Parts: sequence; structure tokens; C-alpha cells
Amino acid sequence: MNKYIPHTPDDIRQMLDKIGVSSIDDLFADIPASVRLQKEYDLPEAMSEEEIRAYFKALGDKNRQQVIFAGGGAYDHYTPSVIDALLSRSEFLTAYTPYQPEISQGTLQYIFEYQSHICELTGMDCTNASMYDGATAAVEALFMAVAQAKKKNRVLVSATLNPTLITIIGTYAKYKGIEVDLIPETDGYTDRTAMQAMLAEGDVAGVLVGSPNHYGIIEDYTGFADDIHAAKALMIMHCDPSALAVLKTPAEWGADIACGDGQPLGIPLSFGGPYVGFLACRKELVRKLPGRIVGATKDVDGKRAFVLTLQAREQHIRREKANSNICSNQSLMALHITIYLALMGKQGLREVNEQSYGAAHYLHDELVKTGLFVPAFPNAPFLKEFALRTTLPVKALQAQLAEQGYMAGIALGDYREGMDDCILFCATEKRTKGQIDELVKLVKEAKL
Amino acid sequence: MKYYDKLIFEISREGRVGYSLPKSEWEGLTSSLSEEASGIAKNLLRETPAELPEVSELDVVRHYTNVSNKNFGVETGFYPLGSCTMKYNPKINEEIAHHPAFCGLHPLQSEESVQGALAIYYHTARVLSELTGLADFTLTPFAGAHGELTGLMVMRQYHLLRGDTKRTRVIVPDSAHGTNPASAAVCGLEIVEVKSTANGTVDTNDLKGLLDDTVAGIMMTNPNTLGIYETQVVEIAHLVHEAGGLLYYDGANLNPMLGASRPGDMGFDIMHINLHKTFSTPHGGGGPGSGPVGVAAHLVDCLPNPRVVFVDGKYKVKSGKMKVESNHSGGICQFGNSCGRVAAFMGNFGVVMKAYTYILSLGKDIKHVGPIATLNANYVKESLRDAYYLPVDTVCKHEFVFDGLADKSTGVTTLDIAKRLLDYGYHAPTIYFPLLFHQSIMIEPTETESKETLDDFIDIMHRVAEEALADPDMVKTAPHTTPVRRLDETTAAKNPLIKYRDLC
Repeated sequence: MNKYIPHTPDDIRQMLDKIGVSSIDDLFADIPASVRLQKEYDLPEAMSEEEIRAYFKALGDKNRQQVIFAGGGAYDHYTPSVIDALLSRSEFLTAYTPYQPEISQGTLQYIFEYQSHICELTGMDCTNASMYDGATAAVEALFMAVAQAKKKNRVLVSATLNPTLITIIGTYAKYKGIEVDLIPETDGYTDRTAMQAMLAEGDVAGVLVGSPNHYGIIEDYTGFADDIHAAKALMIMHCDPSALAVLKTPAEWGADIACGDGQPLGIPLSFGGPYVGFLACRKELVRKLPGRIVGATKDVDGKRAFVLTLQAREQHIRREKANSNICSNQSLMALHITIYLALMGKQGLREVNEQSYGAAHYLHDELVKTGLFVPAFPNAPFLKEFALRTTLPVKALQAQLAEQGYMAGIALGDYREGMDDCILFCATEKRTKGQIDELVKLVKEAKL
Repeated sequence: MKYYDKLIFEISREGRVGYSLPKSEWEGLTSSLSEEASGIAKNLLRETPAELPEVSELDVVRHYTNVSNKNFGVETGFYPLGSCTMKYNPKINEEIAHHPAFCGLHPLQSEESVQGALAIYYHTARVLSELTGLADFTLTPFAGAHGELTGLMVMRQYHLLRGDTKRTRVIVPDSAHGTNPASAAVCGLEIVEVKSTANGTVDTNDLKGLLDDTVAGIMMTNPNTLGIYETQVVEIAHLVHEAGGLLYYDGANLNPMLGASRPGDMGFDIMHINLHKTFSTPHGGGGPGSGPVGVAAHLVDCLPNPRVVFVDGKYKVKSGKMKVESNHSGGICQFGNSCGRVAAFMGNFGVVMKAYTYILSLGKDIKHVGPIATLNANYVKESLRDAYYLPVDTVCKHEFVFDGLADKSTGVTTLDIAKRLLDYGYHAPTIYFPLLFHQSIMIEPTETESKETLDDFIDIMHRVAEEALADPDMVKTAPHTTPVRRLDETTAAKNPLIKYRDLC
């Protein structure tokens, strides 16, 4: 019939005979005539592989590849060649969720390894098999806090978090009936005094902060955990897992839940997806953790094996009262970062951060030297992302550099009031000195 | 092959590396993230290093190759998993999704520089509209359950925009997929269950009694989880609409409707599609999937941001109002008519590319998918009904449900049958779902399987039924030939060991 449907006319005849009907149409006789499809689909004729390739090549030619000097939640880190080769193995790629553990040890084992990596990076005791992305992981972390607090229904989120993330939290909270309040910022930092006052108002179940924050600033959260715990709320940190090779971990800050997007761990930018979210917590909260969790056990012969465990949590037994509905997650992307972390290892992930730090600080210093930029938050420590104010028209500058093949940061004015003259730049270990020098030269020569 | 039983951490040796980075160009600036070299206060730096593995590249490649050999995929063998649509995942889809002109795009690049990617997004939404009879789609939701939640947000937003705030109940059939009530709960809705009739379809009399002005809508899948077409769907749509509610179509069972019947024509207002079921993208061991949400014309403005539109010959991204104001208490975001925002960017774009490739590969011929999937399911059903108990005896669509063996005298259960199938090189069907029967075995063969494959499966299912009578103990202790055998799940739950450190 076609390459995806193997039936010959003779096959169909024999099968209909077995069923005892005379045509395939008879199998659809129960569909009321008024809703039975009567027309041909308005679709093109089937395309051959060569036609498909040509079609997508033509579309691809309409994109312009750029040298990326922007982050904003998606970071251009190096992807080792090995990863795609292994992810393409059909045993991983085409498997379903590991519901039959005897023939799914491959998936179950890599999820166990993934969980081990996420716990190492965050310092947390427990994690699940993955979430959709960093934003939905943060939403689920806040839902966990509300569920744990039982009667409290209010959460606080720092204004220094990515505004897109805050918008997503606002969306979910609106329908779930949770109150969200913004902790104001002062000079790019979460205002601790304001947070203390908001905690004192009561009813707070959880507090979400970011590290690094939306401006790339590595905030000092000293004392936050004490403030939050004194109000009997949970502290939640949204973090860049790549940066956790060098930055203080959520556990070391005293947080109860860690969440974020795994994309910086070598997942290609891919126009925004697929990426993978992670969600990790202290062991006291494991029964509130949504999604699937893999545990080690033994089979009847005593062999070590892995299995989905702790299934008797809220969403499974009382689904009409469920706190989460996550089912399919981003398993193959969890394998992606599992292999990435195995390859990069202890030394490699540190080196990624050191080289990103070097590139970003060189870019920062060279841009400031032009006299056209000043730091938006002077002396604030950063790793690979930073905000500058400029005397140049932001949009015109970005448009011109885009023509020249550079994605020159993110216009913060698109996200925040009073920041129309700000650009959020980023540089990773993939950026060379040559690329940075060229960008700075083009900025200096820009005719705007 | 020898059974492989190592974790990556167990083959780690201090000093080994599996990566290569260019020589640092930043020696003069800093080569170390210590406080002295970087100026980042020690207090902000990690105290103890993360114990990541130290392994060579070949170590990694061989390790994960060996690990993969303990898995079963669609290319390993037949995967008759009900409600999961485990069809063949074409290779060209993968090739296209890995095209370098798309993999390097940053999601926040200017519209002008991503016109090709936006075109794919826009045209995928158009073909999904044609296939379902709905006006427009968002491709942002990451999975089926995420699509359900997004669709329910659209439903609630529609009522809220009209000032109809008391519609907080949603009707869900007792045969529904488990995610339906969970999604409704997360969306702040109260779940009301509608009963099924003896033949497994929605009981319209029971439904009539539940409809009032507090009902936001109903969630249905059609064909339902027994694989049976809801023949009363037109009347149900009329009843629900008359009561002011909306109809949500759970697209998990869309496959048999290709070429047969469109949800929009049936009267549904909102639906999600599992691209990883109907449109051939791989399940990946539990994702990434994709759960686009489609809506009828009167709900288009309620779709989440961002949306891709085509204006004056250019594809544009409509992001909606995104300003977040500092020091502002209470409602922190303004969305206009849109239900809000459900993901940081535009969803699993790579998965969307695969599905679009599949649709273009079949073109108009996609109309054969539903009929052949339905032929396959009925063929397997009629071939096995002598040995397995068929509780609802009617024509099915893409899948059907047995309630265990016809002869249960030896005590062999559905679980035992599932495990014994693994010994014969088959994945098990979905078991113990739907919850309507005690010993449910749910079989969905999909259109990509040949008559020979089905005949072989039918033979094996007959053999297992015979073994259940002749040697029940052997079946009850199956599987016998898999990499591991039955697992101790009780101890795993009682004493959770969920990371490598827990084993040390």
C-alpha cells in the first residue's frame, strides 16, 4: 500500500474473511453518517524521501545560522559527537515507558544513573526521571510546597527570575488557585528585607529564587533558608545544572527543592526543544515528588535490577485529587545529559565553566572598553551571562548584527520596565577570542 | 552475550577523560574559578565537588551500547501495547529533525532569522487542523498530559472570559485514561464521573442527570479505551453544548480516526494530539513526546502564547503581554484573552519536525492509516476470542480489551500472560487497564504491522493459553529468558535506593 503499511490486497481479503465482513468500510458502519469523513484530505500527494529532503533543505535555507552571544534560558554549549550516536540506538529511541522491567532494564538503568547525576549536582537526596522543562519543573516544585504545607496557599517568587518563567508560574497558579507574590529586587538582587516582611504576612508555603538569576548574577542567599524555614515554608532554587559544577549547590544554601532546565548540559539549542527539566528534593519530601522514580532492587535470582518505584503516591492512588498529571516526560533527553555528564566528567564540566567564565568576562571587558556600554549591575559576580546598558539603540544594533551573523544578546526591555537600554549577553566555552573580537569590532563600526 | 551489570560510576577511574575542549584562550584572564582568580566570593562557590564519572570515550560508548541491549524497542519486535500506538518510527523523520539548519537555532533569535523554523511550526498546525476539523493549534505542549492540561486551561479561560465563574466541574467517563482526572485536578476542576453502559460507551441517560450550569465541559476519547466508537457522540455534543459546556477530545486514540472521522466534525471544541502516537515520532523510553492542542474557531484567542502567525508574507511570533512588574502584589501577569503560557519556548520543536515529515511522507494517503489499524485490531480480536474472554463483543477500532483467559481454572492471571509473552520475544499488551474489568488485556496492533507478524503473535497467544492449562506454574513464574526475571518491587518501595550513593 505504501512503505509504512505492508498489507497486500490478498492479506486484506483473508483478514476480512476471518473477521466475517466484506469490506474495511463495514468496520466503520457504526460511525453516524453525519460525522463520517466524506472528503479527501486537503493535503499534498505523498512525497518521496528525495522530495522531503529538498522541501526541508529549502526551509532550512530560510533560517540564518548565527554566532550565539545570548542565553536567556538556552545556552550554546558543546555537544559531544558520541551522544547522538548512542541516542539513535533504536533500543533507547523506540522503547515505551519501562512498564515491563524485565525487558526495560536499559531505560531503567540510565534513569537511575540520571538520578544519581542530578543528586550529585544539586546535593539533593532524591529526584525523579525528568520533567518537561525548567519552567514546568519550577511550577511542580511550588505545587509540592503547597501540598506539603497542607493549608497554606501562597508562594513567593523572586523578581530576579526570568520573567517568562514567572509568567508560566502565574498561568498554572491561576487555574490551580494558588496565590503568587513577587519578591521585589534591588539592583539585580532579591530583596531579602522585603521577603522577610512578606513571610511575616503569613500563609507562605514556598519561596522560589534563582541561581544564577535572570541577569546572570550569582546572588548571595546567605540567611534565606533560615528566614524561609522560620516561616515554615520551603526554599526552592531554580538553577543552571552546568554551573552547579562550580557554584554553591541548592543543598549547600539550605534549599529544600532544586529545579531547572537540563539544556545547558550539552543539549543543542534546537529552536527551544526538546530539552529536559529536573526536580530534586530532600528525602523528607520524596512522597510529594511528582513523576516517575526508578529504584534499585533484585530479581528472583538475586540479580541487581532497576524498577519504577514509590508508585503508590498521591497522583496514582487519588488521581481526582492529583497534585501533578505528568506522565510522559523527556526520558531520552535525560539520557542525553546522562551521557554528557559521563563524557565530561568531573574535570570536563569544571573546564566548561572556567572557559565560559573566561569568554564571558573577556566579552564583558571588551564591550565596556568601547565606551558604548556600562555594566547594568556594577561589581555583581557572574559566570557566563551579564547585563550591560548601552548608549546605542538596542533593537537597531541587534538587527544589524543579526544581518552580519551574530545573535547579540537579548533585549531586556522586551521583558522588564525601565530596561530599554539593556542587553543581556552570554558567552560559553564555544565562543572563541576571534569571534568575540569580531563582534566587538562590528559593534564599534555599527552605523545606526 | 554475557549479561552486563555495571553502572557508569563503577567503571570510573581517577584521571580518565572522555571529552576534548580547545586549549583555553583565557589563561591571562583566569583559568580557575577560585575566589582568588575569579573574584567570585568563596561563599558563592561549591564546597565539595560533584562526584561525576571519570571514563574514556570508548568506556562510555561500550557501556551505553551494552545497557541498550537490555531494552526492547519497536525495532526489536512487535509491541501490541494498547492505547500507546507503538507504530514504526520512520528513519527519515530522524534525519530531518537532525538537519543542521535547525539544530543550531536559538529559540529567541529574531523572527527574520528563523523563517524556516516558523514555517514548519505554522504549516504543521495547518495540516493538523485539516486532519481534525479544528480551526487552529498550539504545538507548545510537551506531551499528552500537558496537552490535556493546556486544553482544560483553554476551557476554563473561555468560561472566565464570559464571566461564567461557577463552571468548575468537568465530566469524565469511568473508562477514561488516568491522566484525564489528574489533568482536571491540576487545572482546579472538580471531577464528576459518568458511567459506561454495558457495551462500554458513555451512558447518555446518566450524562443528562449530571449536566447543569456548573459544568465546564466533558472529556472523552473516541474511540474510547475499549476501542469502541461512541456512536452517541453527536447527541452527547448536543447535550453538553446545550448545557453551556465544552467538549474535550483526548487524542490518545486518534489513530483509527485518520481517514474515518474528525473530532471537529463530531462536535468537539478542544483536543490534544499525541504526536508520539498517531504521527509516528518515537516514544524515547518515556518522552520527549509532543501534545499539540487544537480548538474550534470560537476558542482560538484562548490558546496559550506564544503563537505563530503568517502576516504580510512573513511568519511572526505573537508572544502576548510579557511585562512583569517589580514590587507588584497579587495577579502578576496579564495574558489578555489567552489562557497564559505553558512552556519557556515553543515546545518540543524537534518532535514537531518528525511528525510533519511523517505527514508529508504519506500526504493524502494518510487516510489509509485508520482503516488498516482497525482491520489489524479486529483480525487479532477475532483470531483470539476462542482462548481469551471478550467482555464486549462488537466491532472495535484500533484496539480491544480481553478480560483474561477464557479458562481461568488454573489461576493464571493477566500479569502471568504478559510476562510469558516476554519469553517469546513480544512486548506485553497494556494490562489491568481499563479499570472496567479485573483482568484487562488491551491490545493495539497499529497499521504498520504485517499479517505475518500478527499471525505469529496470534500463534504465541494461543500457545500461552495452552501452557496456562498444561503447565500453569511455568507461566506463573515467567519470564524465564529475559535479562532479569521478576523483580522484588515491595522492597524497592519500602527501602528506596534511587541513586548510586544509596548503593555505596
